[in-house]
Parts: sequence; structure tokens; C-alpha cells
Amino acid sequence: MNAPFHSDVIGLDRLPVGTRARVASVDWGSLGAGEANRLRQFGFDEGVTVELLHLGPFGRDPLAIRVGRMTVAIRRKHAGAVGVTPIEQ
Amino acid sequence: MTPLPLVAVAGNPNAGKSALFNALTGARQKVGNYPGVTVERHSGRLTLADGRPVEMVDLPGSYSLEPASPDEAVTRDVLLGRQQGERQPDALIVVLDASNLDNHLRFCLQLIELGLPTIVALNMVDLAKRDGLELDASVLERELGVPVIETVAVRKRGTSELSQALDDMLSAPFCGVHKPVKSDLIHLQRRAREISAAAVVSETPVRRWTHRLDAVLLHPVFGPLILAAIMFVMFQAVFAWSETPKGWIQGGVDWLAVQASMVLPAGLLRSLVVDGAIAGVGAVVTFLPQILILFFFILLLEGTGYMVRAAFLMDRLMHGVGLSGRAFIPLLSSFACAVPGIMATRTIDDPKDRLTTILVAPLMTCSARLPVYTLIIAAFIPNTRLAWGVGLQGVVMLGLYLSGIFGALLAALVLRRGVLKGSGGGFMMELPKYQWPPLKDVVIGILTRAQIFLKRAGTIILGTTIILWALASVPQAGPGQKQSDVSIAGKIGRGIETVVRPIGFNHDISMALLPAMAAREVAVSAIATVYSIDSPGEAGGASKLTQNLQHRWSLATALAFLAWFVFAPQCISTIAVTRRETNGWKWPLFMVTYLFALAYLAAGATYWISVAAGLGG
Repeated sequence: MNAPFHSDVIGLDRLPVGTRARVASVDWGSLGAGEANRLRQFGFDEGVTVELLHLGPFGRDPLAIRVGRMTVAIRRKHAGAVGVTPIEQ
Repeated sequence: MTPLPLVAVAGNPNAGKSALFNALTGARQKVGNYPGVTVERHSGRLTLADGRPVEMVDLPGSYSLEPASPDEAVTRDVLLGRQQGERQPDALIVVLDASNLDNHLRFCLQLIELGLPTIVALNMVDLAKRDGLELDASVLERELGVPVIETVAVRKRGTSELSQALDDMLSAPFCGVHKPVKSDLIHLQRRAREISAAAVVSETPVRRWTHRLDAVLLHPVFGPLILAAIMFVMFQAVFAWSETPKGWIQGGVDWLAVQASMVLPAGLLRSLVVDGAIAGVGAVVTFLPQILILFFFILLLEGTGYMVRAAFLMDRLMHGVGLSGRAFIPLLSSFACAVPGIMATRTIDDPKDRLTTILVAPLMTCSARLPVYTLIIAAFIPNTRLAWGVGLQGVVMLGLYLSGIFGALLAALVLRRGVLKGSGGGFMMELPKYQWPPLKDVVIGILTRAQIFLKRAGTIILGTTIILWALASVPQAGPGQKQSDVSIAGKIGRGIETVVRPIGFNHDISMALLPAMAAREVAVSAIATVYSIDSPGEAGGASKLTQNLQHRWSLATALAFLAWFVFAPQCISTIAVTRRETNGWKWPLFMVTYLFALAYLAAGATYWISVAAGLGG
């Protein structure tokens, strides 16, 4: 799963709840055109700060993520396409 | 006559667009449809300071001009002047959420690039301030090159300034050029972030209300429990709160029937007015309070931002049967009526997800079934108290709702394994800030629904009732004959009866099934009309309906009838909206077939089991 990322980069789906991180890269190719477009519209982009806020009650899916000033919900499998570097707090 | 100048209100979802639209146009709104698609068109009128009227149209919220749903496609097409049935707007009001500029400015930049005369409404500045965010509107104005007006739509702040700016803009000769939009999303997004950063004067981080609420409402344990509690309160309220107003309406209808009987001479005309129109329409109109209470809750849940949280909580479970959490909102709306529910599926991006949701939406117990359920339950189920505050009648009602829900989940599962096989789409939604929706917006929403319901009662239901009355009244029965046996409707009913006799349906039900295709609640008025005609001269025939039913139906038949209504696609409007939404007859025909088959099996099984249990007498 971590193959496309550098060692300190993890998939957004692996970020612990309540942790902030910076988006290192997005594997746009692994997403459908519509999904990729929606993620861009939500503001996912390299360098943007994100924070994992909540997990769905069943199967820890979907994920509620703060991007910039808004909160969005995406499924775990799509979050995996976003590579992030956790920010030390 | 030249058409009024058209001003479109556009912006991201959750920018407070509709609140601003309501603040500008007031209650004088028209809800229509764009031709060919079932996207609602909300329009209204604004009178400028100099008395000039302007037509305003509230475009569906959108993240960009690259549409991901039919809704967003309408927004794009109207703005580009390509939407059938709509002229290109003369001016544009772009609504921004002041506390989410990074994101909302991107669409705003794209809209400004269109070259239409544009005003930006920097909305919800009060909430931004509460969140510790201080903005400089003049910086925005300079960077964007268009007028920027600070507004708080829910408190009507800034609306007069906005209408003044609109006045100035429409008075000035427009010499802009329409430019093709060329910038890509990423580029626009980066530019949006620069402008946003420049416009921020100061920012003090505070723990926001929304975060505190989400910590509880999206909690892995408390979240689902609270959702269940809210659903319980909602359905409880639909019954508990409606008792009193229902009584008033019933009283009014009875009074009207008595008055009409006194004024009109005995004969065909009196029968038409009293037995046909008043008994038929009256039986349906008494359900107005329940329907409005249901819509009140749905509007409130949507307006506060909770509905999206419910979708978040439910997504994993819905995913299990091949639907997405997004389907939760259309399916919940379908408890009020499947027509807006099916229309609400247009927010679902994935075509197969969407089609599955459309096909199972009619299984949600819509409010038109309530009259049928309430009548039969009141007549046949004893009001035994099972525990404190829990009655047998309520439990049966809950059972009917649950049967519909389980039926829908099962149907979705089967559909996704069969005809609609394929990997599901995703679930991507914005979780907006919580807010208390302005009472006025909720009231406007409820009034619109009341208007639609009463219009239906006054047209479709009145019309069907009168046709049924006519068919049930001729030819006149001779002495010793029963009117409902002799009439044309009786003969049609007999034809249907041969098909439904095996599942326990009697002659009355057979006669009601066909007119109930117009709308489910017509079943009640149809049965009321049949009984009124059979026993002429009895004033207030509608109130005697219950005794008549107990007398003529066995418990097994009543239960089978309820089971039938859980599944049967008894509603022309739903079939029509499905045809429109799926662009053809294939899916509505499929839906009608599988639902009738389910209804027949469910009613049959109920009847046979009940008879075996000794309830057939």
C-alpha cells in the first residue's frame, strides 16, 4: 500500500484520529474521474493540511477529514490514494 | 413584453444560498421544474429600490462548473445559457461562506471568468467572526474585481445593500464579453487560497461549536444511538402531534357534509357532492397534519446540517447492501413521499447507486400510505397497552414501516447482485457547519409542501373520486340489489377480484385498487365513496367507515391489505417521476413489475398464514 510513497509518508486511511498531516501526494490515477474531480473540488492538493476527525461507527468507515476550513466525508479506500506526512505536535 | 431581468444566485452547497434567496424574494416563490430533468427550479421576485421588478432564480449548489450530478449540470447549463427553458441570466449573485473562503472562492473565480455582471455576497460573516475569523471585504473586492457585499442572510443583514448593488449593476450598460472558462481546478484552487489568505485580517483559533457537536453526534457509540432516538421521536411525533388538528379537520369535513346535505335536494347531485367530493377528498385532507409534521422534521434535519451526519453514520451499513450513505437522505425523504425522494437521488454521483436507490425508494412507507394504515389499524387492531406509552396499534404501525425498510434493503441487495451488478460508487460529502435554520425558511418549505398536497387533493384525488363515484353510481341498483354489485365500477372490481381473491381481497378492495393507482390515499376515499353510495341518506358517512370495515372484512383480509400496501407501487406520480429520472420506460416497468409481484406474495403469505391461525372468520 505504501509503495508509491516515501518512507515518512502514509496513506490518509492510516492516520490516527485527531492527527494533523500535510498532503504529500495524491495518486489521482487510482481514482475514478468523478472521484478525483470531487476530491479536487474539496480542496485536496499537495501541501494542504488535513486532519482526521472522526471514523464511521461501523467498520471504521467512512472517514471525516478536515481539509482547509471544511470537513468532508470520504470512504477509506479513497483516502488510501492520498499520501500524507503527519505533523509533529 | 420584454422579460424581466433574470438574476441567478449561485454558489457552493452550504454557502447559505437558499437562505439569501429567501431573504431577497420573501415568500413569493415559485417551485417548478426544468424541462427534461427533474431538477427543481426555485424562482422568485425582487423589487429594486426604484420599483423595477427582477426575476431571481436559485441555482442548485455546485462546487465547480464541472458537473458531477444532474443538479450541477443544470447550474452549469443555465450559466452558459445552454439550459432548455431558461434564458441566460443578466446578472449573477455569487454567495460565499465567509468562513470557508479557500474553497468557495475557487467556484467564485470560475463564475467571474464567465464575464456576466457579478456581485459577490460574503455570507455568514457573523459565524466567521464567532469562529475568530476577521476578513477584509475590500481586499476581496480588489482581488476579484467585482463588488463584494457582507451579508448575514438568515438575519437579512446586507440584503438592502445587495439589492442596491444589483440596481446599480443592472442600470449600467453591460459591455462585458463572455469568455470561455479555461482555468483548471488546481490552478483556480491555488489562486483562491492566495486571495483568501490576503483577505484574512486576523484569525484566532477557537474550538468551534460544530466540532464539539460532532464529537458527540459522530461518536462511534452515541452517534448511532442518537440517530435512532431522533428517528423514534420523529415518527412518534407524526402520530402524537397530529391528533388534535386531525380532529379539527375531520369535524370541519363532517360539518360541511351535513350542510351540503341540507342545502342540496336528495338525488344525484347531493350524492355527487356529499358521497363523492366531500367524503372522498375529506378522508384524505385529514392527513395533512401528519404529512406536514413529517416534512417539518425532514426540513429541520436538513437545515441544521444533521442529515449529512446521518448519511455519514449510515454509509457503511448502506454500503453493505450496495447503496451509499448518500442514499439515506433520498430514502428518508421517501417516508414523506417517494417523488421528492426519487428526485433527491440526483445528488448520487454513481449511476448504478442512483438507479438502485430509485428502484427501492417506493418501499419506504410514504405519507400517502398513512391514511390507509391508520384506517385499517384503527378498525382492526385493538388499542391494547403493551407497556407504558407503547400500544399495540403503534407496534403494528412500526412493524409496517420496518417491513418496508427491510424490503428495501433486501431488494437493493438482490438488485446489486443481479440486474445492477457492478462496483458501487463512492461516498464523498461535505459535512457543513451546524446551524439553526431560520424559522422562516422552514415555514416556507412546509407551506410549499402543504400547497402541493392540497393541490393534489383538489385535482387528482377529487377527479379520481368523482370518476369512481360516477362509475359506482350507474346503473342504479334495483330493489334488493346492492349498488356496489350492480354498477360499472362493481363489474370492473369483479374482474380484478378474480386475480386478488386468492390473497384474501374482497369486492370492496378490488374496487378500490384501480383508483388507488392515482394515489395510494385514494384507497381510503374510494372505500368511503363505495360505502356512502351503498347506504345513501346517512350523513357523515365517512365517520362510519370504521364500523363498515369491521363488519365487512375479516382480520386476515385486513392484514393482507396492509401487507399489499407495504409493497404495491400504487402511485402514478412515482411511476412518472421514475420514467423522467431514468429517461425511458424500461426501469419504471421493471419497478412496477417487481413491486406488484412482491405485494402479491406478501399479501398472499399474510392472508394464508392468518387464515391458518384462525383469523379468517
